[in-house]
Amino acid sequence: MLELANVEVVYHDVILVLRGVSFKVPDGQIVALLGANGAGKTTVLRAISGLLDVHNGDITKGEITLDGDAIHKSSAASIVGRGVTQVLEGRRVFGEFTVEENLRVGAHTAKGDMSGQMDRVYELFPILAERRKSTAGYLSGGEQQMLAMGRAMMSNPRYLILDEPSLGLAPILVQKIRDLIVDINKQGTSILLVEQNATMALSIAQHGYIMETGKIVMDKPAAELMKDEDVQEFYLGLHAGGEERKSFRDVKHYKRRKRWLS
Amino acid sequence: MTTFLQATIAGLSLASIYALLALGFVIIYKAMQVVSFAHPAVMLFGAYMVSWFAVDLGMGFILSVVLGAVAAASLGWLSERVTIRPMIGKPLFAIAILTIGLDIVIRTPINNLIGLDIRTVGSPWGFNAWNINGVTVPYRSVAMIATALVITVLLFLFFRYTRVGLAMRATAIDQEVALAQGINVGRIFSLAWMMAGAMAAVAGMFAASDLAGLSQSTYIVGIKALPAIVVGGLDSINGAVIGALVIGLIEAYTATYQSSYAPWLGGNFSQVVPYVVLLAVLLIRPYGLFGSPEIERV
Repeated sequence: MLELANVEVVYHDVILVLRGVSFKVPDGQIVALLGANGAGKTTVLRAISGLLDVHNGDITKGEITLDGDAIHKSSAASIVGRGVTQVLEGRRVFGEFTVEENLRVGAHTAKGDMSGQMDRVYELFPILAERRKSTAGYLSGGEQQMLAMGRAMMSNPRYLILDEPSLGLAPILVQKIRDLIVDINKQGTSILLVEQNATMALSIAQHGYIMETGKIVMDKPAAELMKDEDVQEFYLGLHAGGEERKSFRDVKHYKRRKRWLS
Repeated sequence: MTTFLQATIAGLSLASIYALLALGFVIIYKAMQVVSFAHPAVMLFGAYMVSWFAVDLGMGFILSVVLGAVAAASLGWLSERVTIRPMIGKPLFAIAILTIGLDIVIRTPINNLIGLDIRTVGSPWGFNAWNINGVTVPYRSVAMIATALVITVLLFLFFRYTRVGLAMRATAIDQEVALAQGINVGRIFSLAWMMAGAMAAVAGMFAASDLAGLSQSTYIVGIKALPAIVVGGLDSINGAVIGALVIGLIEAYTATYQSSYAPWLGGNFSQVVPYVVLLAVLLIRPYGLFGSPEIERV
């Protein structure tokens, strides 16, 4: 179990971004973390993967534990070594490397023979096997997303963290990515999924958390979240009462009033 | 023709020194986007250590070179660990200036140790040479060109096929992603400085193995590798080698032909030529022949 308890993160020693975030990713599950831009979702992921240093951020309170052991003071390398791997937002493949080289970098922590793992990844993503000698920068957006996920899978993680895997992809590719996440999960990897596309995320997750301005404001099983009126309205784009809105300005004011916590 | 071949051999010898130095500059630059101005000082230190092991302690030449390379690698590691690592995340300009300070800190005690005498590095080939159809081929040139070739090929294989080499290239492209794949980026920095230091020691030893010997001014050789990396492009390994070839050959041809064809340029113009090339490249292709152009979006 991957667990965050009351985590507080400060950037540049002054900007408080996470204000006591707690949640857990139980083994074998898909957990969705939803929220608007700037809510702090990516910061949560950086805190877990040990990437806060790069952005001059620090965990000032709370702890992150993996099966009971604190990992929030560990280096990014040792966190990957313990089976927690993140796919960063925006794909970020090594553009001038070939597909195969990208995958080899993903297997950095797995010393020894990587061919077994590579076969597994090629089985999950057959398109990568076809393109194994192509330059990664020339792949399409969907293929690059699959490569980024495949690269993370090379370390054979127990927990896979995905930051906006559907970003900028056509609806049909979003479906494809969604199915792949389910496949990966079925093979025994637990998944923490951060998404703007709440419909997609909640359709495959067992549990969902909603973040606003650095706090978790709601958490429920995904099926219940789907039915929640507020969630439907703010994240799934459905109207609660069905009445027409007069203008965008009204919506903004209304939204501001209807924040869960402010 | 004989003159031309003679000049070519001299040029290739120079190029091997520049290539070993330029590769060090580029490896450090690729790892942390900083040109280490302390690199020539590390080279001087390495050459001095080889000389100390071989001449003062009387060790075998090969062993002395290996120990000198290890010493320079350790100095590179120490410099990075103590002065550069705490600066990570600070403006690159500040780090570059810091390496100038580092250069002074390293060079001052070494200059005192070298003193005013000219030292030798105990190279076994002396001034022996083969004579092939009237072209003099010094043993030293052969040793230099062969060593530089072997090191370049090994480096190429290292970056292409090994796990750590691939990790170094990955770190050069995107540090955060490299971290997310579990690469220990700090260790990559250390390794870059150590590799650069070791190659600089070999380069310094070669530079000091000719008639001029090892003196305080051997340092100038390190400075002349800068035009090579600018010509090749700061972030290109292949570019470093080609830049070194361009600078080495042009310098040697100028030394051979300038006095007869353009005497009005004055004596020793060949010493200036690398910087003339540097200037020309900066005017035409500021990112070097093989470097990646800097894209600035407003």
